[in-house]
Amino acid sequence: MSKKFFNSGQHWVWLNAGAISISIIMVVGLLLLIAVRGLEHFWPAEVKTFEVMQDEQKTQVMGEIHNTEDDIQDGVERQQYLIKMGNRDVYGLDFKWLDVKNITETSTHEDVIVVERREWGNLYGFLNSVKKDGTLYKEDPQVLQDIIERALNIHEQIRDIEKGDIGSINYEIEQLRLEQRRLELENEFNDEAKAEIEQRKDQLQQQFLKHQEDLQVLYAEIKRDTAEFSLIGGEKITLTAGNIVRAFQPNQMGFWSKLGHYFSKIGEFIFDEPREANTEGGVFPAIFGTVMMVLLMSVIVTPLGVVAAVYMREYAKQGPLTRTIRIAVNNLAGVPSIVYGVFGLGFFVYFLGGSIDELFYPEVGPSPMFGTPGLIWASLTLALLTLPVVIVSTEEGLARIPKSIREGSLALGATKFETLRKTVLPMASPAMMTGLILAVARAAGEVAPLMLVGVVKLAPTLPLDGNAPFLHLERKFMHLGFHIYDVGFQSPNVEAARPLVYATALLLVLIIIILNIAAIKIRNNLREKYKSLEQ
Amino acid sequence: MSTSIKDTTRKLLDQQTQSGKHKRRKINDLLARYGIAIGGMSVIVAVVLICFYLLWVVLPIFKPAAVELEKEYSWSQQQLLHLEVEEYGEIAFGLGANGSMQFADVENNDLIANFELPQQQNITAFAQLDLKGMMAVAYQDGSVQLMKQDYAISYPDNQRKLTPSVQYPFGEDAVSFADTEVQMLNGKLWEDGLLLTGLTANNQIVVKEFYVEQSFLGEGLELEEANSDTIQLGFTPAYLLATQGPGWLYAIGQKGQMSAYRFESGEWLLKETKQLTESGVEVTRADFLLGQVSLMIGGSDGVISQWFQVRNDNGGSELTKIRDFKLADDPITHIVPEARRKGFIATDSQGKIGVFYTTSERMLEELSFGQPIEALAINSRSNKLLVVGKDRQANTFFIENEHPEISWSALWNEVFYEGYEEPTFTWQSSASTNDYESKFSLVPLSFGTLKAAFYAMLFAVPLAIFGAIFTAYFMAPKMRSMVKPTVEIMEALPTVILGFLAGLWLAPIIEETLVGFLLTIILLPMFTVLFGLAWNKAPDSIRHSIPDGWQAALLLPVIIAGTMFAFWIGEPVEAWLFNGDMPRWLDDHGMNYDQRNSLVVGLAMGFAVIPTIFSITEDAIFSVPKHLTNGSLALGASQWQTLTRVVLPTASPGIFSALMIGLGRAVGETMIVLMATGNTPVMDMNIFEGMRTLSANIAVEMPESEVGSSHYRVLFLAAFVLFLFTFAFNTVAEVVRQRLRNKYGSL
Repeated sequence: MSKKFFNSGQHWVWLNAGAISISIIMVVGLLLLIAVRGLEHFWPAEVKTFEVMQDEQKTQVMGEIHNTEDDIQDGVERQQYLIKMGNRDVYGLDFKWLDVKNITETSTHEDVIVVERREWGNLYGFLNSVKKDGTLYKEDPQVLQDIIERALNIHEQIRDIEKGDIGSINYEIEQLRLEQRRLELENEFNDEAKAEIEQRKDQLQQQFLKHQEDLQVLYAEIKRDTAEFSLIGGEKITLTAGNIVRAFQPNQMGFWSKLGHYFSKIGEFIFDEPREANTEGGVFPAIFGTVMMVLLMSVIVTPLGVVAAVYMREYAKQGPLTRTIRIAVNNLAGVPSIVYGVFGLGFFVYFLGGSIDELFYPEVGPSPMFGTPGLIWASLTLALLTLPVVIVSTEEGLARIPKSIREGSLALGATKFETLRKTVLPMASPAMMTGLILAVARAAGEVAPLMLVGVVKLAPTLPLDGNAPFLHLERKFMHLGFHIYDVGFQSPNVEAARPLVYATALLLVLIIIILNIAAIKIRNNLREKYKSLEQ
Repeated sequence: MSTSIKDTTRKLLDQQTQSGKHKRRKINDLLARYGIAIGGMSVIVAVVLICFYLLWVVLPIFKPAAVELEKEYSWSQQQLLHLEVEEYGEIAFGLGANGSMQFADVENNDLIANFELPQQQNITAFAQLDLKGMMAVAYQDGSVQLMKQDYAISYPDNQRKLTPSVQYPFGEDAVSFADTEVQMLNGKLWEDGLLLTGLTANNQIVVKEFYVEQSFLGEGLELEEANSDTIQLGFTPAYLLATQGPGWLYAIGQKGQMSAYRFESGEWLLKETKQLTESGVEVTRADFLLGQVSLMIGGSDGVISQWFQVRNDNGGSELTKIRDFKLADDPITHIVPEARRKGFIATDSQGKIGVFYTTSERMLEELSFGQPIEALAINSRSNKLLVVGKDRQANTFFIENEHPEISWSALWNEVFYEGYEEPTFTWQSSASTNDYESKFSLVPLSFGTLKAAFYAMLFAVPLAIFGAIFTAYFMAPKMRSMVKPTVEIMEALPTVILGFLAGLWLAPIIEETLVGFLLTIILLPMFTVLFGLAWNKAPDSIRHSIPDGWQAALLLPVIIAGTMFAFWIGEPVEAWLFNGDMPRWLDDHGMNYDQRNSLVVGLAMGFAVIPTIFSITEDAIFSVPKHLTNGSLALGASQWQTLTRVVLPTASPGIFSALMIGLGRAVGETMIVLMATGNTPVMDMNIFEGMRTLSANIAVEMPESEVGSSHYRVLFLAAFVLFLFTFAFNTVAEVVRQRLRNKYGSL
């Protein structure tokens, strides 16, 4: 029986089945891993207190269990906890390895409070007192929440002024400087122009000073309230309300309040700006940058790809030349993305951008405006990179349209162009859509070329804002994929940043999977549609 | 009646034509035709341009230098001891044997400024102390005068203006050096020290080191004697060459005898004596290359040889000949090193001039001056050459020599770099110091690229092809419709995420459970086959509960359990065989283990490549016509026999193209290798060590490289190599696939 099994090659069939099973397990496992790690980050973890005996000394450590590790060293099994104990300003480090065998007691304090701060990471401790408008409240978490809310409001106002009003004043002052420089270069910087520029500068300066005064008031306001905490080792820390982002007591929270906290954290992640060198807070600028870049790219790549495909399929004479071109275009999809990045940097940024600066913006020198990596160049580079995807997909769609439809239209007296515009292209539009979606999915996940042509770890301003001309194509931007690379590998505090990287990865994977599924669905629908036509 | 209908129709049609509607439609059609043609063509041309643009950036590195005669005139100064051209190539400095120091316009010898030495004594020797204009001359009484060319820059009317002068940073007084006449002088000045060596009568060498200090009064510098020594030589040296530090002192005789001394713990020790030339060949010129590591020895046979200290087995070092450069057959008269890189210019007694570069072993240009040369100088930007002949004729040349350090041999052959023990393949593009020899060997990067691709393919090919065979040939249609989209999603996963997981999640896990992981490779196939056998022997009632073609689903729990089992026994096995820590065990047994190694890269990149190979292979197998397989089965062949004898041979071109495309993807992948390896350009096939690939190298170094520099162009070359490589592979694959399609079309 088993001889027959091997003779008929059954074992090979099972091995083949095993190969596909392994692949499926890997994909699903990977997606699950990202999903679990990405989602658990926002769930408030219990804060535990460990009593540790080491070298005859008893110490207490409080924090979340971040990781556990087992290993065998010299034949002895050893289990270790990686504790996230926060309080970087006091301990110097966020994390600590604890040998499990040294732990004498583990307990959970009900009134432990976790404070997320704007600096120095989290604080784990106990609330001593809150000083609100000069009055002292003992151990009252509610008052703490009140002062945090007030401070957050003020913080919002401060941010609005700094980023919005003062940001646009700075922008205008810079524009004035450039205008002056341009006039100088054109030798038209006479007294009249000088007076006008000076006057406008003065005005802006006045506004700036006014805002500065407002800011002074707000800064004083935000520092009014303070809260005092004590750490597990007895150290006392006083925080001003302005330094606190959020405070919560995880050990007291029930399921529903944890859920609320969870969603508020997710909201922060998606809609807020990063804090502490991208390791805390949100990824909004990265999402925004990715979307902007992809949108711009779509605007560029769709017409180009469609025109090229229509030409190759409908107008060009089908011969060896067209076939060669088709193979070449197909193959461009397989050229490494970094090569496009190199081309983008050399041709778009340095050559094209440098020439634009020279011709139209001679006043910006020596710091280049377009002659440096930026949004427009990244979009162009990725448009080039995804062009084959759109061309191939559109061509396939055009090829699928039955000849009878074209002939019918021509027989009714329509010109070729009319046939194309009124019947062929509308019918091929789902194919174009598929191509575009695949292009967008590829562009959203591509990082290597972007590192050369415009992505930065932290962009001070978004490429879209309230200052004319509103869309700033030359600005550098943030990108989800690069964010993962940068925070995961270039950040000074990788351990603390890791959960956030998983969350970012999850977000990116979700976007890309949704786009891909959409493309697959559209493609399948399309196939169904023409199947019936062909019969 | 019928004619009237005909007439009416004709009339209507005529009207339409006259109204221009018909015409307009025609014009529209024509416009669209040309518009789309032009648009389509230009898109395609633009895409093809990528290739040419890369090439256009790369090409200048292989161009020879261009030397162009600019001006001819006659040089007024007699008997030049020294000639120099300042950085911008505008002003020439000449030091005459009579002590006159002239600054003159390079283009026409118009005198700009003239200076005299402070002391009216005969000059017996001259030495250039650094590349910033510092010089020394020895007077007849054995004292040494130190002076410096200075070029003050000012910008009157936004124009650059240079005002040359001679400065005496250590004062106008001569420094006491030797008691008697110095026949030859050499020296070096560095940040805080000055070394002077001189030859006096009876083959005696005087060596003095000074500290350079800020003077107490005023802003000037002061010299304080640190130590002084004399060395007795057994031959008459023709050249004395000392390095800064102080480090080495070489005395070279005309017959090629060389004695090397080294300054160690306060005294000069004779380290080595050597014969540098073959018998019958005389040393006619010797000088250092930039950085004072390489000695360039010019011989009477027209050969310039490069020597430097190479460490030998007994812990010492030995002056070793590295390579030869041949100018012509006449004796070499001058060797002028370039001030910012490892190139030099050599001349011979017939007035031949050659432009050389050491690392790339290139003679970049050769020209003839037509008469014996008295002095020549090149500015530090290496674009202006001034030559003065014995009969006072002076020529200036414009040199365009941007990328001398690149050659085919520098990129692809083993190169003996300064300070190395042997010729190596090394990539090390930049360093902090100015006199660094850039190492642009593409070999370690190409090797790393292929290594990464190899391990990725090793992992991906069996899984992808076996999986595709099962999916296309055995799998139930319902399961297939679920598996295919899953794999398509796998293909769409951004590589930055794979790289991040590989570097931060997988690498530590593999390091921790290396044995368990290696065990899975052996155990999983075993478990799979065993389970198949067991299933085969199971009672029919169980076997028939699951239809054929769902084996893969059955295996899911088996594989998960098998993996867990392998990891579970991995720990005791590791404790038993490798003392509990396999990476450390490997390290102890001479096999380096990096946490981020080729195994990790292979897994992650394999993961990225699997879907590519899988999809194409699956398509190829699935599109094998059914009547072929049915015929084979009808003749009594088993499923597996049909597969291996009929299906696979028919689909093999498709599988081949899948492998090509997969390889292309593995070769060009950037983010995974960037994140999952240490990016060190080592050449070692060890699976537990990392690598640096062409693509990762571009990603790391491109943002920092200066536009237009050799480094920038070499990175473009790397991109071009990648482009060509993947393009060629994909084209082969595509052509094979199209032929396959045509073949089946007829079947």
